[in-house]
Amino acid sequence: MKNSNHLRISLSENAERMGAVGVTLLALAGCAAPARPNAPASPPDAITTPGDPSRGRDVVMGRDGNCLLCHAIPETGARFMGDLGPPLAGAGARLSAAQLRMRLIDPQRSNPDTIMPAYARIDGLTRVGKAWRGKPILGAQQIEDVVAYLGTLR
Amino acid sequence: MNANFSTFARAALYVVAGLGCLGNSPSATSASPMSNALPKSGSTYASAEIRALQADDASNPGMLWVADGQALWNEVAGSQAKSCAQCHVVAATSMKGVATRYPQIDKHATVPTLINLEGRVNFCRIRHQAAPTLAYESPALLALTAYVTHQSRGLVRRLTIDDESRAYLQRGAALYQQRMGQMNLACTHCHDQNAGKTLLAEKISEGHPNGYPIYRLEWQGVGSLHRRFRSCFAGVRAEPFAPGSDEYLALELYLALRAVGLAVETPAVRR
Ligand code: HEC
Ligand code: HEC
Ligand code: HEC
Repeated sequence: MKNSNHLRISLSENAERMGAVGVTLLALAGCAAPARPNAPASPPDAITTPGDPSRGRDVVMGRDGNCLLCHAIPETGARFMGDLGPPLAGAGARLSAAQLRMRLIDPQRSNPDTIMPAYARIDGLTRVGKAWRGKPILGAQQIEDVVAYLGTLR
Repeated sequence: MNANFSTFARAALYVVAGLGCLGNSPSATSASPMSNALPKSGSTYASAEIRALQADDASNPGMLWVADGQALWNEVAGSQAKSCAQCHVVAATSMKGVATRYPQIDKHATVPTLINLEGRVNFCRIRHQAAPTLAYESPALLALTAYVTHQSRGLVRRLTIDDESRAYLQRGAALYQQRMGQMNLACTHCHDQNAGKTLLAEKISEGHPNGYPIYRLEWQGVGSLHRRFRSCFAGVRAEPFAPGSDEYLALELYLALRAVGLAVETPAVRR
């Protein structure tokens, strides 16, 4: 519950600049489990560096992000791309970095019935498989990297 | 005939919904599985090549399991040295339509328990052959259930919901609507809301059980419905239940209700 409070605080900050701070808060609250399993109190470690679009592209296309399950991103040239969600071409022009970040962290905010997973979420989930329990799908740095990559889709 | 079945299915779904079962689930905001259209078999969502493979018995690899099942049907087993055939004689007549009535409440159990065809075959193994039960997904159980279900190919599923099975049905419906796993998705999100769409490379079907056991290219073999459940649980990164568990049986019963009106296709073929 503590974590979701942090989430809410971070998300209520609308300024783009604050978004990254919010994600850092999440990391501080121990959400970014895979990278920092037991490190809620190690600030230097938890601070995210500015997103890197090429790393973000790897996350989006690889098994970590798995975005192509549901989205087409023509730029990737990938052979298989799903269509449960809209194509992401032009996403960086349509949405600000803060909006993109919010999309990834809490998509249910813009659509309570959404099928898009909340990538930073660890609370309120049911029957999470052993291998993934207590971990968000993406760590804070990965989310920053994906936001940076999506920003290049114009 | 079809119209009657679909009317029944819809009425029955209303019963489930009316009992508040769907409404209690935290994720039940999604549309109910009811639609005015008849259910469509998974085969209609498969590629033309896969459909062709399924349609021709000479090329359908699942028929090898059916043939194995036929051999086992005639083989003696257990300390009684009895074969299925000694009691049930010709499967084409004795087993015709049997699979369309499962899962059902086990008449032999002291407390009402749901039993599927796998359970029923194992019941005969113990009670009538004095042979050990066959494990879920063992080649022998797959072959026997494929053989028995194949005797109902082309027949439409029948389902009787009574007081004893209703609790299972509600549980199955609730599970079907329940978001789960790290990806936080329910069966309904894919198989009702997004049927016909593509998930990476796979066309999502309505998730019907009418082709099981199926031959799946990815498995390089035949697998049970509960094995398919395992794949879907893994797909949303959820902890699977055990094959044969009450939860999977409840889901199986609920899927049987959704599929009322569909003909059995066993052995179906999937990618
Ligand atoms: C299970 C399917 C699914 C997965 C996986 C998924 N999304 Fe989505 N996404 C959707 C859907 C559906 C929408 C449409 C809006 C809604 O319903 O929430 C959407 C919307 C979006 C949008 C807004 C698009 C716009 O133009 O408004 C962005 C950006 C986005 N997703 C990015 C991603 C990224 C990046 C990933 C991987 C880290 C991802 N999605 C993974 C289903 C998915
Ligand atoms: C010694 C005789 C005997 C043998 C051997 C035997 N069964 Fe049975 N089986 C029965 C009887 C009797 C019933 C009906 C029992 C009841 O439900 O009251 C039955 C019921 C069934 C049913 C359920 C039929 C229905 O209408 O629901 C199936 C399926 C079945 N057997 C399959 C098999 C298979 C497969 C084998 C071999 C592995 C086998 N049986 C071996 C006697 C036998
Ligand atoms: C993320 C999307 C997704 C979710 C959620 C999901 N499935 Fe599936 N399911 C699939 C895909 C993809 C397939 C393979 C293509 C097909 O046959 O639909 C499949 C196949 C099936 C099939 C086989 C259909 C056939 O004709 O062979 C059944 C049955 C099924 N799912 C049941 C379930 C159940 C029960 C749940 C909930 C516990 C569930 N699925 C959750 C995506 C999903």
